Amino acid sequence: MSFVEKNMPENSFDLVVVGGGPGGYVAAIRAAQLGMKAALVEREHLGGICLNWGCIPTKALLRSGDVLRSMKHAESYGLSAGQVGFDLSKIVARSRAVAGQLQAGVKHLLKKNKVTVFDGHGKLAGGGKVAVEGKGMLAAAHIILATGARARVLPGLEPDGKLVWTYKEALVPDSMPKRLLVIGSGAIGIEFASFFNALGSDVTVVEVMDRVLPVEDEEISALARKSFEKQGMKILTAATVKALKKSGDSVTATVEIGGKTQEIVADRVISAVGIVGNVENLGLEGTKVAVEKTHVVTDQWCRTGEAGVYAIGDLTGPPWLAHKASHEGVLCVEKIAGLKDVHPLDIRKIPGCTYCHPQVASVGLSEAKAKDKGHQVKVGRFPFVANGKAIAMGETEGLIKTVFDAKTGELLGAHMIGAEVTEMIQGYTVAKTLETTEAELMHTIFPHPTLSEMMHEAVLDAYGRAIHY
Amino acid sequence: MPIQILMPALSPTMSEGTLARWLKNEGDAVKSGDVLAEIETDKATMEFEAADDGVLGKILVAGGTAGVKVNQPIALLLAEGEDKSALAEAPPAAKPAAAAMPPPPAQPAAAPPPAAASSPEGRVFASPLARRLAAESGLALDRVAGSGPHGRIVKADVEAALKAGPQPATQPAARPAAVPALVPQAGPGPFEPAYVEIPNSSMRKIIARRLTEAKQTVPHFYLSIDCDVDALLAVRGDLNARSEVYKLSVNDFVVRAVALALKKVPAANAAWGEEAIRRYTDIDISVAVATPTGLITPIVHHADRKGLAEISNEMKALAAKAKDGKLMPEEYQGGGFTISNLGMYGIRDFAAIINPPQGCILAVGAGEQRPVVRNGALAVATVMTCTLSVDHRVVDGVVGADFLAAFKRLVEDPLAMLL
Repeated sequence: MSFVEKNMPENSFDLVVVGGGPGGYVAAIRAAQLGMKAALVEREHLGGICLNWGCIPTKALLRSGDVLRSMKHAESYGLSAGQVGFDLSKIVARSRAVAGQLQAGVKHLLKKNKVTVFDGHGKLAGGGKVAVEGKGMLAAAHIILATGARARVLPGLEPDGKLVWTYKEALVPDSMPKRLLVIGSGAIGIEFASFFNALGSDVTVVEVMDRVLPVEDEEISALARKSFEKQGMKILTAATVKALKKSGDSVTATVEIGGKTQEIVADRVISAVGIVGNVENLGLEGTKVAVEKTHVVTDQWCRTGEAGVYAIGDLTGPPWLAHKASHEGVLCVEKIAGLKDVHPLDIRKIPGCTYCHPQVASVGLSEAKAKDKGHQVKVGRFPFVANGKAIAMGETEGLIKTVFDAKTGELLGAHMIGAEVTEMIQGYTVAKTLETTEAELMHTIFPHPTLSEMMHEAVLDAYGRAIHY
Repeated sequence: MPIQILMPALSPTMSEGTLARWLKNEGDAVKSGDVLAEIETDKATMEFEAADDGVLGKILVAGGTAGVKVNQPIALLLAEGEDKSALAEAPPAAKPAAAAMPPPPAQPAAAPPPAAASSPEGRVFASPLARRLAAESGLALDRVAGSGPHGRIVKADVEAALKAGPQPATQPAARPAAVPALVPQAGPGPFEPAYVEIPNSSMRKIIARRLTEAKQTVPHFYLSIDCDVDALLAVRGDLNARSEVYKLSVNDFVVRAVALALKKVPAANAAWGEEAIRRYTDIDISVAVATPTGLITPIVHHADRKGLAEISNEMKALAAKAKDGKLMPEEYQGGGFTISNLGMYGIRDFAAIINPPQGCILAVGAGEQRPVVRNGALAVATVMTCTLSVDHRVVDGVVGADFLAAFKRLVEDPLAMLL
């Protein structure tokens, strides 16, 4: 398949990607690498929510929180930090600078790869065309929709940007809320709860499910809750916020829990009750692109019902993860290019990370889900408190847990809570992708002294062979 | 019902041997032709192959056991669809022991210990989980199409293969009685003509592997010579008229001539080794024999010490055994030099592929009347063209030429062969 036709009109492309987030820009770069003439249409900012209002700036904030926490514990390391304090505006400024630096980086990468970027809102215009608001019409043999998602709004809990925040306002607070109510204990809610808690806010988390971080393994959820409560958070699970009553500079939330209602007064509320796909104003009307609830329906190669139109990332539904979007972008483009060695995405091999304190990371099936699916399981556990490096670091809180199929030795899932687990989960993800069994993991040599040794021990423990516990 | 694997007899005189070590573990998937174990006799260590597909259910005689009687059960093989519970069933069906892999040729006393004759077959790329799933269900991985990166076999492929149902039955290894099953193919590829699949016997696989290895790794060169065989044919007719006890063929003369020529030019009776060239002190000549299942090379041992009648009768017996698949390993394993004769099929000349680790193979064409020039005048003679394929690592051109010259002298002056 040859892509770059000579004398192609200026506004004709092999591929037009609508949306410049981690799905879209990666797809465009991969297409350019494969010799396609590629364009990217972005209405707001390259890098999308992830880079500008999500993954990256929250990590910057959380880092400030972590450093502050360490400074407060300086004495336990034999250090004196003197007066420990912070300047919220500087923390926020640093976070914005980090996002800004990376945004410039994406712009440079696109330029380097000769991807043409159009600033403006793009939508399907029928017949292989994309209309870019204020810029005119682009013709494309292939169109990838990668418009992402936004915060879900529940009736009665509508954010106003002042007292009731979404992630966006929460990333750029102008003052520290003394009392903060976080609705939703998924990754977004818990990360903000963790950050503001570290800075001294009185944080209450309300979760409709019966546990925090409901997508994680139940044991990990329970350990996380215990840790959050120890740090001073108030956690209400199986609880629903019925109404928010705003008054001047505070909000009174009516929360129903266990058949009773109670009122919680907070200075600010963060609504983190899920996200919905940006399916509106995309020109989907009259096409064969199917929309289910708030996401575009695609097949394993990210194809929509409309020939030549593809969709990737958050727009296509959960899991709402940047790395899922990027991976789909690459496989979608490679399939378009006719590459041979392209493989559909396997949802059980997508790792998930939450950067609260302590961190949480996982890949694959939880113990309960594995059993639900009919697996006989072997479960291994190894606690941070038994690991030399963790003790040396003063990070003895946490657990690594593995779930194996008892019959085949397949690593079904791995679940971690504790320091640096978001960096370690990749070890198990590689293992899952290569389809290793317990045997190869046991044969793998883990360096000493590291936190990763616990990953080895958690495998050994599943087979009754842990050495250090 | 599980199949009993019996201790094989690796030579006609073998009554017991040492089961040196198992190369498969209980629970491993085994396919016909896989090496199961190494068996030691007083002469050599040989690889013992599976004759059937299945899962090695139970090892009855542990590796390292000496004095194991021939035909004593040494393991139980679970056939497809059987699980371990079948091991409790009694009595298991007995299966004769399968043929062993050819060991390296007999070594002079001073030579280093022989290296394993076989190299592992082509590696199958599969994920560890896919391997384990296949082993547990007795699925041979080389029958599974891989869908993973670079065609690697992954879990989903094994599951799909298991779901697709049982695999076609395979033929036992190298058993001459076996008629290869012709498996009609429902749908050939888009451009491929219709075909039937003839499953490869273990023997066919060994031939394929060894010849491929030889042609790819041995630097061959070829020397051809024309021999006038009128005198030879006359002597042959004369000798055959004298007795009913023997009936000499041209090939018997060729074997004898090669044996005597090798005695004169021992450098051509040699094999390549990484550290040393092995110059054989015995003159053991392999003679290629076509059988229904493939080519095999029975050996005339010490051919230089045998007369024409003895060679002739021995060759007849060996060829008959080869065609019936009854050759014992010691009758076809080893040899220092090979003769391949297609003269009886009217082939004028051809170049054979060396039979490793031997250094030379002689391809013998048909004796036919051709015009020749003698003393400046045209004459008619019966001429036989012989082509020597030579491993240049072992034998240089002049040595090869010396050998052919010695051979030609003997063939053209057959009375010299009688000395």
